[in-house]
Amino acid sequence: MPIVLEKIKEKFGAAVLDTHSFRGDDTALISRDKIVEAAKFLKEDPELDFNVLIDLTAVDCLNLDRPHRFEVVYHFYSIAKKHRARLKVPLTEEDPSVDTLTGLWPGANWFEREVWDMFGVKFNGHPNLQRILMYDEFQGHALRKDYPVRKRQPLVGPQN
Amino acid sequence: MALDLKPTRSETMFLNMGPSHPAMHGIVRILLELDGETVVNSDVEIGFLHRAFEKMAEQGGYWQVVPYTDRLNYVSPLINNFGYASAVEKLFGIDITERTKYIRVIMSEISRVADHLTCVGATAMEMGAFTVFLYMIKAREYLYELVEDVTGARVTVSYARVGGVKSDLPEGFKEKTLKALKETRKVLKEVNGLITRNRIFVDRMKGIGVISKEDALAYGITGPFLRSTGVDYDVRKDQSYYVYDRFDFDVPVGEKGDNYDRYLLRMEEMEQSMRIIEQGLEQIPAGEINVDMDGRVIPAAEMVDEAKMGHTSGLVQLEVEADPTLEGTSERFYGNIHACSKKLAVPPKEDTYGNIEGLMNHFKIVMDGHGVKPPKGEAYFPVEGANGELGFYVVSDGTGTPYRVRVRPPCFTIMSALSKMIQGGTLADIIPTFGSVNMIGGELDR
Repeated sequence: MPIVLEKIKEKFGAAVLDTHSFRGDDTALISRDKIVEAAKFLKEDPELDFNVLIDLTAVDCLNLDRPHRFEVVYHFYSIAKKHRARLKVPLTEEDPSVDTLTGLWPGANWFEREVWDMFGVKFNGHPNLQRILMYDEFQGHALRKDYPVRKRQPLVGPQN
Repeated sequence: MALDLKPTRSETMFLNMGPSHPAMHGIVRILLELDGETVVNSDVEIGFLHRAFEKMAEQGGYWQVVPYTDRLNYVSPLINNFGYASAVEKLFGIDITERTKYIRVIMSEISRVADHLTCVGATAMEMGAFTVFLYMIKAREYLYELVEDVTGARVTVSYARVGGVKSDLPEGFKEKTLKALKETRKVLKEVNGLITRNRIFVDRMKGIGVISKEDALAYGITGPFLRSTGVDYDVRKDQSYYVYDRFDFDVPVGEKGDNYDRYLLRMEEMEQSMRIIEQGLEQIPAGEINVDMDGRVIPAAEMVDEAKMGHTSGLVQLEVEADPTLEGTSERFYGNIHACSKKLAVPPKEDTYGNIEGLMNHFKIVMDGHGVKPPKGEAYFPVEGANGELGFYVVSDGTGTPYRVRVRPPCFTIMSALSKMIQGGTLADIIPTFGSVNMIGGELDR
């Protein structure tokens, strides 16, 4: 097992729900109440030293036959160690919310706004959780699998 | 008699910069709070060019996403093409041919030079140096001509295929490229003389739009922007892909993280990219699945006759003249497709129309339910785009349609830090800072 996954498993034990290294991408599925702690661990552990949050996105697992509805996907990179890691957080349909990472990386701010905009996943403690690509009056969340690709939106005009 | 002076009003003023402001490149709005000329606070609003790239990518086959990736970065679409194709190749677990790797490297670097030329040229123009813009666009034109020769289009190239590229390099490509590089170097020298030590240019660039190393990393900034702060991170060097590890090139690094460093860095990167292209042209091997050029061009009808008699084995290797009845043209429009496996790349159009093997091959790829299906899983593949790390994250559910395609746009993170960089500066400083971000609306808003 790669060192990244080994260390995460050792540290978080049962909170690590699943791991895999498909095509060399080290991935750990971690429960949502531990994500901030895990990200902090990745960032501060001298052996892992993941100092960049490269990407933050989500996947709607509606048609994937998984017990959860959403996965929030985090990609990390370490400039010094030149390695990558991916963390995933499963979220249920009833309560799609997870704690924000803006406290650790301010770059998470816009990424999380985009995930909220596109998937309707809430980030607790986010300083400004508003839509970013869509306009405020947009109804629904466009990248959810149950959002029809041809759906029309009501016309909104300027408001005085 | 004492003057009865009223105290000066000291309120801040709100100003909308963009979206229809010439220096905002059309599609970004910055809401500014100004104290006189100083920026007190700002809010950057994006999304004006959102075209649902990620949603559309989930609708068709894996091949049908390639044209959308052209539209992500319309200045260097080839890098986007290759990035997506590589992510899908990683998901499939296949390797591409040596020659394809070289073609991808050479074309990526040509695009990178074109992208930097546009960025530096536009920044200089916005500060009044229109000559620089014209010179640089002239140089870009030479490069676009190369791109046109290879791909058949200037901007919407769709050149990459999963498993290869659309067609081989055209005849005389090497000579033409070397000539284009010579012209580009000439332009860079001229531009260097015009603005590098120009008082107005230096005054407006130096010490403006500064970002510290720590902030740049915290915001997830990559590419020239990160390197200008002194962090030596380049995907081509640090996580080498294709054949970048075989070339001798340097990654320039700045110190101060200001606009001037970014300008110098881009100028140097163009030179390094040109070095890669030159080495690539020297080293590029003949392809194994390449044309066995005996120069024979046969009409499609003759090819079909041959195929009917079962003589098909060597036909793919030959150049074929398209019949006028097939596409209304007698000009050859496909060379040969570089691919490692017939199962993955659509055959040349002449083949599809000309013989039963090609037709079946094409059918098995494009028909719903027959198409190639990757295993269930996910893959992330980063390439060094002109603006920074360009990553594609593809999730597969085992069918012929991508379950999720996510692009990690390099300028998204830079734009999220823009507010911080312009804060405390003057209104006029926004223009060079925003210019050096090299914001590309297509990938920012997707």
